[in-house]
Amino acid sequence: MHPFFTQSGRLGVYLLGWIPLTAILGGLLMLAGGLSLLEAAALAAPLGLLYAFLCLSSWYLCRAFPVDSARLLATASALAVASLVAASLWLLSGTTLAWGLALLPVFETLPDRLAHAGPVVFLLGVLLYLLVLAMHYVLEAAEAARAQERRAAELRTLAKEAELQALRERLNPHFLFNSLNSIAALVAGRPEEARSMCALLSDFLRTTLGMSERSSISLREELALAHRYLAVERVRFGDRLTVTEDLDESASDVAVPPLLLQPLVENAVKHGIGARLEGGILTLVTKRRGDRISIVVENPADAGSERPAGAGIGLANVKRRVAACWGDAGHVGAGLSNGRFRVEIDLPAGP
Amino acid sequence: MLVDDEALARSLVRQLLAAHPDIRVLAECANGFEAVRAVAETKPDILFLDVQMPQLDGLEVLELIDRDAAGRPAVIFVTAYDQYALKAFDANAVDYLLKPFDQARFDRALERARTRLAAGGVPPALALGPRGAPLTRVVVKDGVTVTVLPVEKIDYVKAEDDYVLLFSGGRNHIKKQTLASLEDALPKERFVRIHRSYLLNVDRLLRVEGSATGAFKAVLIDEARLPVSRAGAQRLRALLGARPR
Repeated sequence: MHPFFTQSGRLGVYLLGWIPLTAILGGLLMLAGGLSLLEAAALAAPLGLLYAFLCLSSWYLCRAFPVDSARLLATASALAVASLVAASLWLLSGTTLAWGLALLPVFETLPDRLAHAGPVVFLLGVLLYLLVLAMHYVLEAAEAARAQERRAAELRTLAKEAELQALRERLNPHFLFNSLNSIAALVAGRPEEARSMCALLSDFLRTTLGMSERSSISLREELALAHRYLAVERVRFGDRLTVTEDLDESASDVAVPPLLLQPLVENAVKHGIGARLEGGILTLVTKRRGDRISIVVENPADAGSERPAGAGIGLANVKRRVAACWGDAGHVGAGLSNGRFRVEIDLPAGP
Repeated sequence: MLVDDEALARSLVRQLLAAHPDIRVLAECANGFEAVRAVAETKPDILFLDVQMPQLDGLEVLELIDRDAAGRPAVIFVTAYDQYALKAFDANAVDYLLKPFDQARFDRALERARTRLAAGGVPPALALGPRGAPLTRVVVKDGVTVTVLPVEKIDYVKAEDDYVLLFSGGRNHIKKQTLASLEDALPKERFVRIHRSYLLNVDRLLRVEGSATGAFKAVLIDEARLPVSRAGAQRLRALLGARPR
């Protein structure tokens, strides 16, 4: 269905545009065929209206032959044939109409005179058809641009949401309160350690503040942030938290959205260390294999216990951000195996 | 007695206690299991209790120790989370300290504990009702042994006066709680009251047998047979009808 018939306002504007075109047709008939004003009007008005609708058919042509440099020749010939056919049809209907009108005594000589103007009418028919065709191409392009804009806006909204979520994660107040409580405990007996804990905490907060203003950072920077966070948590948990790392330097330059890993690292500490009597080992691994990068965050987990509510939010956030940035090219997998909870992010290494 | 899984958090309380020479620290515990045992052994007057701890949290510790009527301690919760405050006061906690806190705030909490103890002890905790979300585990204490039962491991529960008997894999555990309050706290899609005295985990149901007298019996996977009342049968049917098979 042509879009003009689903949006009545647009059809009205289009038909208004045909009034001057019809006037031009009338004028040409008078000049080239020597028609009187009455004859020209009687012929041009129905012909103009007819052609207005006939030309709408060019929309289907426009859909069937989108602008594509590879098929330029095929497109051009199809459009040329279509305009010639339309103009012929138009001239044929004009002649038929003229013969019909000739039944009235006033229009006796009309077919003869139209025959004189025939080539001009045909040429005008071709031109008008091409004009309407061009209009359709312009409208289609505008429509496509609007759709593109909408998609871009959706993507921006998604990115904003993820950022907001990350902000909430960063300002996780319990992390702050517990860290401040550790400092309060250290102040009297171990002032040196209290000072260094203040520095670690400030370092972490400052880094996250700087990061959120950028749209992407290197994996190296993201891991450096995780180090700072883990350093703070090591003061709190003491021997219960052990961190092992196996980082591939050739993977470190890949660009990631800021704070992508942070929710995973916080979850690993909270559920893998904080929820266990004996604590455990948290593992961070990055690896480059050809044009793929894999990032693994692993923590101990009791096989029987289900993940507590809240653990899924951080993971869901990471999945959404990976999907928003890489589409189908990025994967996030999570699961329990051998008593460890493991999240793996798999990304293309290229930009 | 100090209970917190973070050594630094315990050390802060110990430091603030230095201003109160009449108070002696009987024990420090790093988790809920140690705490339940140590409370039974040392009978402290005042308990500083963290809420968020691995495996057995502060509210569960309170639930377990509070059943020993004699020498019930005055409990001061110490936590970074404010969302447990209401629950804590339901449990008749003396105060609720939010980390981090200073000496003045700490002293106020201690003063309230002293007042409470001087007034003749601590009233028993109100029954710990549902915590918003259904329970995922039930804690029980046999002597000094604390057992954490994941709800899916519970076969059925039988009421015995003021107690409930929890049957799990051929063993049973006794707990001082009414069947109605336990039923409220357990997930509704798994547990159904089939009889005035019985709460059944429907995942353990094998079949229901009728008899000539019109009485129903629920047969469990381990061949145990439980009575089913007329209303219980209706509830059971409603639940099984609502569950995807």
